[in-house]
Parts: sequence; C-alpha cells; structure tokens
Amino acid sequence: MRWAVVQFPGSNCDQDVLHVLKNVLAQEVAYVWHKDSSLNGADAVVLPGGFSYGDYLRCGAIARFSPIMPAVKEAAAQGKVVLGICNGFQILCEAGLLPGVLVRNTSLHFRCETIPVRVEHPASRFTREYLTGQVLRLPIAHGEGHYVADAATLNALFKNQQVLFTYSDQQGRLTPGSNPNGSQRHIAGITNRAGNVLGLMPHPERASEKILGSDDGLGLFASILASQGMPLAQAA
Amino acid sequence: MIRAQVIVRPRASIFDPQGDAVCRAIQHLGVSVKQAHVGKCIELELEGDDLKAARTQLETICKDLLSNPVIEDYVLTLEGGTVGDRVSASAAKLVKKGKA
Repeated sequence: MRWAVVQFPGSNCDQDVLHVLKNVLAQEVAYVWHKDSSLNGADAVVLPGGFSYGDYLRCGAIARFSPIMPAVKEAAAQGKVVLGICNGFQILCEAGLLPGVLVRNTSLHFRCETIPVRVEHPASRFTREYLTGQVLRLPIAHGEGHYVADAATLNALFKNQQVLFTYSDQQGRLTPGSNPNGSQRHIAGITNRAGNVLGLMPHPERASEKILGSDDGLGLFASILASQGMPLAQAA
Repeated sequence: MIRAQVIVRPRASIFDPQGDAVCRAIQHLGVSVKQAHVGKCIELELEGDDLKAARTQLETICKDLLSNPVIEDYVLTLEGGTVGDRVSASAAKLVKKGKA
C-alpha cells in the first residue's frame, strides 16, 4: 500500500507518521509538500498533526487553501483513505471533508497527556482490529480539540455510525471528568458519510510501539491495511 | 483606495471559553459584567474605488476564509471609494441593533 504524508509549514508529526508507516508497518510512504498538486498515486493520504500556518486565523483555515488540497479532496471523492490527525482533523473540517469544527478547549488549557479513548464501531475500515467499547490509551496534545456541530449534524453522525472514537474513563464510561476539551458528546474522532475520511484528535502514531508506552494506536493503521486486504502479519 | 473592516465574532449559541475567561477576569476586578465575547477585527486596504465590486469579493473571502459559518458571524464594513457606496442589509441591521 502506498501512502502520502502531507507536510504543511508548521506540521510537526509528519516524521512520526512516516516512521510508523515505514519502519513499523513496512509500508511504501513518501512526503508530499503542501505546494505540490499531486499525491503521486498514493492509495492513502495522511494530514499530520502540528500547527499549520501557525494556527493563524483558525486552526486549519489557511492550510485548507494549500495547493495540495484539491488532490486530497479528489482522493476522498475516489474513496481512498484520508486520515487527519489532530491539526489534520482541523484541516479536514475547515476543508469541508468532515462536518463541524474544532474550537478552543473549554478549559482554555493545552492538554498534553495520554488518556483513555473508547472505540465506538469496530466495523469501520479504521477500527476493524479493535473491539466494541475497547478502551485505548492514546496521547492527545492540543489546545483546540473541542468538537462543535449543530444538533442535526451530531444526531446524523451517531445514527450513521460515523463517530468512531469518544473520550471516556478507563472503564469506558463517558463521565464529565473524562472529556479533556469539552467536545460535544465526547467526540474524539469521526468519519465522513462514506467512511473513507477519518479525523481524530488523539495521536495513534505516537502510540504504535510498546517502547513508547503504548501500541494501542497501531490497530488503527492495521485496520486500514486489513481493509485493503493486507493483514498486519504480512505487512510488518 | 478602499478600507475594509471585518469583525468576526463567535455565534451566541457556541460556548466561547475565551469570552468566559475575560468575563470572569473583569468580574474579579470588581466590575459586574454579565457576558463577554472575544472575536477578531481584520482591517484591509484595497486598490481601486469600486465599493460594490470590493464588497462582492470580500463577502466571499469573509465566508470562505475569515470566518467559519459553523461557529462565527461576521460584519463587513467598507469606506472610501466612489462607486456604489452601500452598506449591506445584514450589516446595516446589526448596526441598527447596536451590535456592531
């Protein structure tokens, strides 16, 4: 499987994503500069975390107009996998590839810690290596991760099983104390209606090797590979 | 030359943590403020003197880039120029209500 990792000015998780795909999962992967206009035929594209364009105006608002974005939109329309992590999630929302928007954390604090994240639907191409209600330990690092959408959009997201990850406590309960940023209905990650575009605030690429404290994030990448007919055992 | 000012504000229905923090800081200083909302003021200078054309272009920029309609409203005001100096209906309404 061929992957493209988009580098915007201010991306800072691009190398982490590339490392996991290349060295942990033995994937063919290349960076794509934001001023390029082609993903060079990649099967999947990752918009990594960071602070594209300094987060000026709104997070992701300027990156959305980068020359590479028409190619990302085209890949999404073709049903290819598009994965936005943290700032990448914010960019996907601003670009209209995902509904809603991410605003300032209710606490106003930048939250940088490893927290429990609950898997909502293991049938998706991003979660099939997980179990329903499985509680993962994933790092977050953001100041603007508070997911906001109108009531109709929120209801549709849950009805269509587009909410793949929520913030929970270690037992998988959605308690007020387990929501790190005030996200509506504890939303941590959603897909588009077609199910091929995922945006999430937690960083699976920072939790893909046991030596780093958790490899719970590896299942997300393994799920994508499995959905393309490549079990993890063959991939690695 | 045309000068434009864009005021971008969080929508009333969206919780504004910055405004909330500012409100509490003001209260802490002994002033009984009920609410505060923190937005942005963007000032632009444009070549030319066609206000109508400038407004059309800037309305698009306001919707696509300067504000996100999911969470924000904006008010665009223009001054200078010589052609078609008309304040948009939505801006005039907000000004009348004392919101701008």
